[in-house]
This record gives sequence, structure tokens and C-alpha cells, in this order.
Amino acid sequence: MTPSTPSPNASVLPEGWGMVIGLEVHCELATATKLFCCCPNHFGDQPNANTCPTCLGLPGSLPMLNEQAVELAMRLGRALNCDVKRSVFSRKNYFYPDQPKDYQVTQYDLPTNLGGHLDLPSGPRIGITRAHIEEDTGKLNHVGGGGRIHDAEHSLVDYNRSGVPLVEIVSEADMRSSEQAKEYANELRAILLATGVSDAKMEEGSMRVDANVSVHHLGEPWGTRCEIKNLNSVRSLGRAIDHEALRQIDLLTNGETVRQETRHWDEASGRTGTLRVKEDADDYRYFPEPDLVPLEPSAADIARIDAALPVLPGARRAALAEAAGVPATAGGVVMAVERGLDHLARAAIGGGADAGRVLTHVEHNLAVDGAETLSPERFGDLVKMETGGELTATQAKTVLAEMVATGGAPAEIAQARGFEALDSSALEGIIDGLIAAHGEEWEQFRSGDDKARGKLSGFFMGKVMQASSGQADGKAATALLRRKAGL
Amino acid sequence: MSALEIAAAVRGGERTARAVMEEHLSLIGAREAELHAFNLVTSEQALAAADAVDARVAAGDDPGPLAGVPIALKDNLCTTGIPTTCSSKILAGWKPPYDATVVERLTAAGAISVGKTNLDEFAMGSSTENSAFGPSKNPHDITKVPGGSSGGSAVAVAAGFAPLALGSDTGGSIRQPAALCGVVGVKPTYGRVSRYGLVAFASSLDQIGPFATTVADAAALYEVIAGHDPRDSTSIPEALPPVLPRLGDGVAGLRVGLVTELCQAEGIAPDVAARVAAAAEALSEAGAKVEEVSVPAVIYGLSAYYLIAPAEASSNLARYDGVRYGLRVDAPTTAEMYDRTRTAGFGPEVLRRIMLGTYALSAGYYDAYYGKAQKVRTLIIRDFQAAYERFDVLISPTAPTTAFALGAKADPLAMYLNDICTIPSNLAGHPAMSVPFGSGDDGLPVGVQIMANALDEVTMFQVAATLEGAMA
Amino acid sequence: MASLSREEVVHVATLARLELTDEQIDTFTPQLAAILANAADVEALDLDDVPATSHPYPLTNVWRPDVVRHAGVRDAVLAAAPAAQDGMFRVPSVLGDAP
Repeated sequence: MTPSTPSPNASVLPEGWGMVIGLEVHCELATATKLFCCCPNHFGDQPNANTCPTCLGLPGSLPMLNEQAVELAMRLGRALNCDVKRSVFSRKNYFYPDQPKDYQVTQYDLPTNLGGHLDLPSGPRIGITRAHIEEDTGKLNHVGGGGRIHDAEHSLVDYNRSGVPLVEIVSEADMRSSEQAKEYANELRAILLATGVSDAKMEEGSMRVDANVSVHHLGEPWGTRCEIKNLNSVRSLGRAIDHEALRQIDLLTNGETVRQETRHWDEASGRTGTLRVKEDADDYRYFPEPDLVPLEPSAADIARIDAALPVLPGARRAALAEAAGVPATAGGVVMAVERGLDHLARAAIGGGADAGRVLTHVEHNLAVDGAETLSPERFGDLVKMETGGELTATQAKTVLAEMVATGGAPAEIAQARGFEALDSSALEGIIDGLIAAHGEEWEQFRSGDDKARGKLSGFFMGKVMQASSGQADGKAATALLRRKAGL
Repeated sequence: MSALEIAAAVRGGERTARAVMEEHLSLIGAREAELHAFNLVTSEQALAAADAVDARVAAGDDPGPLAGVPIALKDNLCTTGIPTTCSSKILAGWKPPYDATVVERLTAAGAISVGKTNLDEFAMGSSTENSAFGPSKNPHDITKVPGGSSGGSAVAVAAGFAPLALGSDTGGSIRQPAALCGVVGVKPTYGRVSRYGLVAFASSLDQIGPFATTVADAAALYEVIAGHDPRDSTSIPEALPPVLPRLGDGVAGLRVGLVTELCQAEGIAPDVAARVAAAAEALSEAGAKVEEVSVPAVIYGLSAYYLIAPAEASSNLARYDGVRYGLRVDAPTTAEMYDRTRTAGFGPEVLRRIMLGTYALSAGYYDAYYGKAQKVRTLIIRDFQAAYERFDVLISPTAPTTAFALGAKADPLAMYLNDICTIPSNLAGHPAMSVPFGSGDDGLPVGVQIMANALDEVTMFQVAATLEGAMA
Repeated sequence: MASLSREEVVHVATLARLELTDEQIDTFTPQLAAILANAADVEALDLDDVPATSHPYPLTNVWRPDVVRHAGVRDAVLAAAPAAQDGMFRVPSVLGDAP
């Protein structure tokens, strides 16, 4: 497995500089219960409502591993082309009030998933170092001092999130631009959703991305990296990486050095700030968790997981792109797969509907609940009516919405609504009549400046729609007006 | 009366559980101030529970195999709403919101807790002198220690406060005090008894087990508490063969190995060695084939144990930080609150072991200490496996000497040497028990340790019953 | 390696979140050194080819079904906590983020 080297695409950087990015992504697994106890894995309840002796770290409590969490973690591992191996839970020891046992149960030297890869839609293959299982921490709420940690008078701890199952997916430092990092995050999210491993909501924290960023003169060894935290959206991820790379270059060009540290992204100011300098004192004293036993998936377990894996987003995009004759990176293709509408789109295209119109509808008009229930035949029929001139684009959109809501056939809906696009001779008749009736305005439209023309175009289009009872195709009418004006 | 006799009488309606309980509470009232077996005696709850057992008997319901039997619980076993302190200031007054699995099983079997027994703080020690609430005293001579860490439970049984008690054994904490107090003490196979609700000291070594005055009582208690529990991931799923029906099967033809390295270990007193030799002789007379056997790696047991146990303890005891329960010493910041709470809450031996364990796991030392100790554990397991290919059980002294004077072992290392014969069984995981076998030159009890292959408690109990019979 | 320095003891205390007095450090340093010296026999063994044992009884793949059960201990635990407020555990100000 030799990942192809991603091409440097660090356009935001000054000439001669490159950046190197690796991502660590934490995802909450979509289980009913926590990793080691039977408390609900549920966001948004009353503080500490979902707690028990185990996730509060009470003396004498013991962890009981959630079978479904293991299943989902292994499923993700296989989706990321990892080796799923014998694994062992370890304790990571450190004191912090959101950590009820003052150690975190995680996987250290023997993680469940090792050595995979993820192919970006734009081509590069990004190595996956590992994807291991671990428990989440509780949450600190800072009281006083405006809720900021350093000024708070005291803090309140809620352990509802304590023990929620996570996978941490660690990439190789294979990315060379913020664009690639964003692509990676989006693609990983698509895989998490497709496999049902996580709901992967960055805004709600069920998918959390930390970025390791370093810069270097192209052709020279990589520089010291900084880790950036608090990235709440894919957009923040991109902004933070670019900002951080430029900050490091600034330091280096001014003869200073980059310290290895953890930095915090502040979305409002668009800057990163020091959170924590890595110290020699960081010593987590990992050792095998004696309260849990090793996991040893059999070859049959792995075969069963592989057999049950859905077709993954990359393969689905490729299939749709091929059917539509467009690149796999086309917006409609990406969205169709993201929304699970690629089967619908492929079936409609396969049935003879125009691929461009199909993808346009998917991209712009089908971001609604129930879109996946559309009949591919009827969707194809609608597109054919539109390209055949029986419906205007606006009418097609209206009919499509009703098809999603009612499941009806496009011809019947169009008929019931009285949608019959005007044929071009009727449209020409209406426009000729309007030119005759509004000579002064017509003259201004023909010879006026852009501003006047825009205003009068609106005037004439309103009249066209009025005269045609809204059945004229706006695009066709505009084109005809301009042609008659010699524009 | 033995536990089995009490249960039979209560089940048969010949005695009420209340009368039994009142009798034991009055014994406790007479001698507890002198012996300090308990951190807490729960008389009211005990009498109420006794009445409930009597009501079941009156109603014709099955009151359970240990109906009405008083039992003392080591104060590191969680009991709902009843303080569970581990004899530590850091947990003083803490009331668990749940019962340990063993406590649930005892309740279901009709046994009744009389209270929570004293221990070395967090079960770290061999004399009960490390209790934050003062030491327990040996009922045979109150100037002597009862052993530890389950000293209070051993005292409770030896003094007749309860015919049964539960302890926990991480490096000998049931067997050594049993030997020093002249009672039976059992450490089952690691994983036989659920650890759910046992406040952890060293998770890969801790095991709950019975104290009793007779081998049969110990077996009866073992049968109640042992067996698979899904709440403990290290719980053994294999079926539990009953012990009691086979207890009288004898030892004819059994191969008994006398472990050379443990019989000749540092500090084994001649009077103790003589009793072990006498036990070998008794088994031989009962038809067993007794031979010496070498288990070479056990000489590393003490070193490995004092790296592994503190390492696990340093992590298990991190949670006592003043945030959620127990002691808090206030401070301006959480970090300072941690420091002050933990330093004020833990006694010197606990602090020492936390320090030792933290060091053994720390960067740069893990491989030399903790990592090596885990490999030594493998060697010890291998050597025992080789011995069990040739022998059904192994025997040795339980403790090097009879009970020593309070305050006699101020040096930590000297105290640790007390566990030299018991520690290898915790590292190997196999079952081991101590059975009283006469007394030393000072007239104080001597215990003989019987070890058996993993899961073979039945044979171990048979040998113990034979030795018990030889003393009768 | 058996010679344990005072500085190492101080460092270990920091890791273990303990605030030892000078007197305690003076007591613990030789005691811990002696215990480690006693363990030197283990340190000296050549165990390169010996696997480590972390569980005395070898089990694998122990897990439970993913089914919710409510523990109902929240109120009792909060009531007994050293400090609680608004259904949460109250702690003094926390300086610095989690690692």
C-alpha cells in the first residue's frame, strides 16, 4: 500500500513554502448505550441524568463493554481499509475533573484498526494510521468570568457524556493543503454516515476534528507541528489550517521558532491561540486495563462485517459520475451521494432522462425529506417532460415538490395544476403584442443602459407572465425579448 | 454453632434468625471494644433482616441455603446506603448507592450482614495496622496483630462474632489473617467470584473469598458467592462444580507437592515449617502421595507483586480526588484541591504504594519495572503449570510466622515479606486457601496453605477437609 | 536504577497529584529506594522472549448487549457529593485544559 503523494496545493502560502497536515478525528458511535455501562448515549438531557456508578467512577464499579460499539468500530475500520486485529484496552492516566476515574479507557499499542487509507474525491490517497475505541469525557461548565475557563470562579461537571463511545481516527500526515483537509473531513463524514457508524455532526460535537499542521521550505524536512483544537465546522478547519500555516511561516521568516503546542481556534477572531504547551511532564502511564479482556475478532467476524458493508461513497460517486458522463467531483454527483439519492439519479439517467437536468434537480430541488422515496421512473418522466418543453423549469420544480409529497405521477400533477407550457409561437404572439402596446418602453429596453434594460426586462417579463397566466417559460421569454431587440 | 448448623436450624424452624442474631450481637457487644473487628456494626438492619428471614420460614418460602447466618463484610465491599470506607479517611462516611454482587448473592441466600469489618487502608497491608480507624487485635492474644489486610473479618470469625465473613485477597489478605487467627480462609480462582462492588486495590490480583471456622462452612459460602457475573468482564463463564457433596471424598491417591521454594523462603520460622511437615505427614497417612516439588520462579513473586500491585493501585486510587464523593479539602483551584485532598485523605502506606506504582509506570521505567514484572508473572504461571502436571495440589506455609506483635514491623519491606508464600497464587490466579493446623511454639495458630490448579477448588477443599479432620 | 533520587520522588508525587511535605519526601525516598532495590532481581532477568501476562485467566471478547438500563443513582450521588449545584458537581476553578 503506497499512497500516491498528494500534489502540493498550498496556494495560500508564499512561494517556496509547503504545509503538512494530519488529522485526528473523534466520532461518537451511534449506539443506544455508553461504551462501558447501560446508560443512554443521548445528547441534551438534564445534567447527570444519564449516569450510573460506572460512568461516575464510583468505587467498586466495573466497565462492561458494549458489543455494538465494537461492531461499529470494526465496521468503520473495514470501510477505511484497515486491518482489524486483536486489540487491548489501556488506561491513560491523567487528572482532570471531566474524567471521573482520573484515567481514560482507550486503546494504546494494540488498537482495533490499523493501517488503512481513504481516497479523496479529488484523487489523493490519505493513509489511516489507526482507528481505535475509547471513552468520551464529561463536560465542564465554567461559571463566572463570562464562562471562560481561565476567569471562571468555579466549574460545574456534567457526566452525561462520560463514557460515550468514540472512535479516534488518526490519519497519516499526507495532506498538503486546507482544501485536502476539508475534503478528507467531508469524505470521512460521508463514510461514517453511509456505514451508520456515527451521525457525525460537527456542530453538535459528535464529530470533532483536530489538525496537526507544520510548514517547511519545499524540499526541506518538515517543521515542528502544532495541534489545533476547537474546529466546529469543515469551514473552520480550512480557515484554521491556513491561518496556522501562515502564522508559522511568519515566525520562521522572522527568525523565531515554532513551539510544539496545542492551539485553540477562535472562530470569531479567525485566529489560533496557545492552549497548552507540550511538556515533558506529560506522562500518561499507559498500561493494559485489567478490568477488561482483549478483543480477538475471528476471520469469520471480519468476513461477516465486510459482507454487510454498504457500497461506500467513493464507489457510488464513481458509478453515478460514469452514468452521467461528468467528473466525480461535480456538485450534483457529490450531493446525490451525500443525500443518498444516487440510486434515484442513476435509475432516472438509465431510463433516458437528461443527466444534466437530473443532477440539477438533485442538487437544488431535492434537499428535502422524502426525496429518497421518489419513483425513479416518475422522476425520469418529469425530466423528460421538462426537456421536451412540456413544463418550464419553474413548473417542473413545483411538480417535483408535489411528487415528493404525494408520490403522484408528473403528468397528472401538471394537468391538475393546469401547467402546459406555451409553445413558442404563442409566446412570440404575446411578445409581439406587448411590443406594439408599449412602444416607448420597448425603445428604452433596446437602447438603454444596463440598469434601464434590467428594469424594463422585469417590466416585460411581468407582462408576459400576466398575459400567459404564468405558463410562459421565463428563460425562453427572456431569450426571445433579447433576440427581438437585437441584443 | 457452625454456619451450616445455624442454617439448618433456621430452615427447620428449630431456631429463629432473630435469636441467632441477638446471640451474635451480644457477643460483639462483649468483646468488640477490645478487638476492634468492625468499622461499623449494623445491629438494627441485621435484626430487621433476621425478622424477614423468620417471616419467610413462617410463610413456608425457601429462606435460602444460608438462612439466618450472620456474616461480617470487609469494609471494601459496597453495601447500599451503608458506609463503605476501606478504612480510609478519604472515603469516611461514603454510602454506596448499590450492592456488590457478592452482597446481593448473600442476601438472596438468606445470610445477614452484621457489619463492616476493619482492614488495612484500601487493603494495603498485612496487619490491619494501616487502618485509618486503628488496628484490630488478635483474639488469641490482643498484643498481637490479626494479620491483614482482612484482619477485621478474620477477627470477627475467630472471636465468634459471626460464623462467616468475606474478605478480599490481593496478595494474601484472606489467607494470612486466617492463618494468624486460626480460621479457614479461601482465595478462589481469579474470576470465580465477581469483583463488582469490591473497591479495587489491584484489579488483576483482587479476589473476594470466605472466612469460616470450618472447611464445610467456607465451602458453603464459596458456593453462594462464586459463579459467573456479567457485570465483571473478568468473571469466569465456566460452570461452577459444587464442593459440598464431594468434601468428604478424601485424598487417597492424590498427588500432593510440597513447594520447596516456599517452605524454605526467607523468614519461615522453624515451628511453622514443622507444622507444614506435619500436615504433609497427615496427608500421606490419609493416602495421598506427597513429594517435594520445585516451582523456581516463585522466588521472584514478591518483587513482581510489589511492582504490579502498586502500579494498578496508583491508577485505581486516582479517582479519590474530592470531586464526586468522599473527602474534599477546599482550595482555590481544582489542581490544588486534588493535591490537598489526596495528601490529607490517604495514609502513609497508601501514599507509598501510589508513589511506587506511579514510578513503575512512568515514562522511561515502564519496561524495566511494570513490563518486566508482567513477564515474571508469565514465568510463575508456567512453573506452576509444570507443577500441576505432576501434582493435584501444592502445599506450603501460609505465613512465615505466627501472629507478631502490634508495631513490630515498622519497616515496609519487613511487612511485605509476610506475604512471600501467598503472593504467588495471586500472580498465577489459581485458588489457594489457608487451613488451621495446630499452633506454634508460642501457642498461637499456624495455617497451612493449599494451592490447586485454576478452577479446581473442589480438590483444594477436599485436602483442607482432610487436614481439618486430622486435627480433630 | 535502584538509586532513586529525591527529585524523582518529587516528580512522581506531582504525577500522582500529591503534595508531600519535605519530611514525607525524606521518609519516602529511602523507603521507595529500598523496595526498588529489592526488586532488582526482576530487573536483572533476561525476559526478551517472554510474553507479558496482564490477566491471570485468559478470556477474550467479553461484552454485553447494547440495551439501555437506567441506574437511578443520580440524586443520591449528588446529594452526597462534596459540592453540587444545578444538578452538577461543583469544583473550584480549573486552570488549563485537558490534555
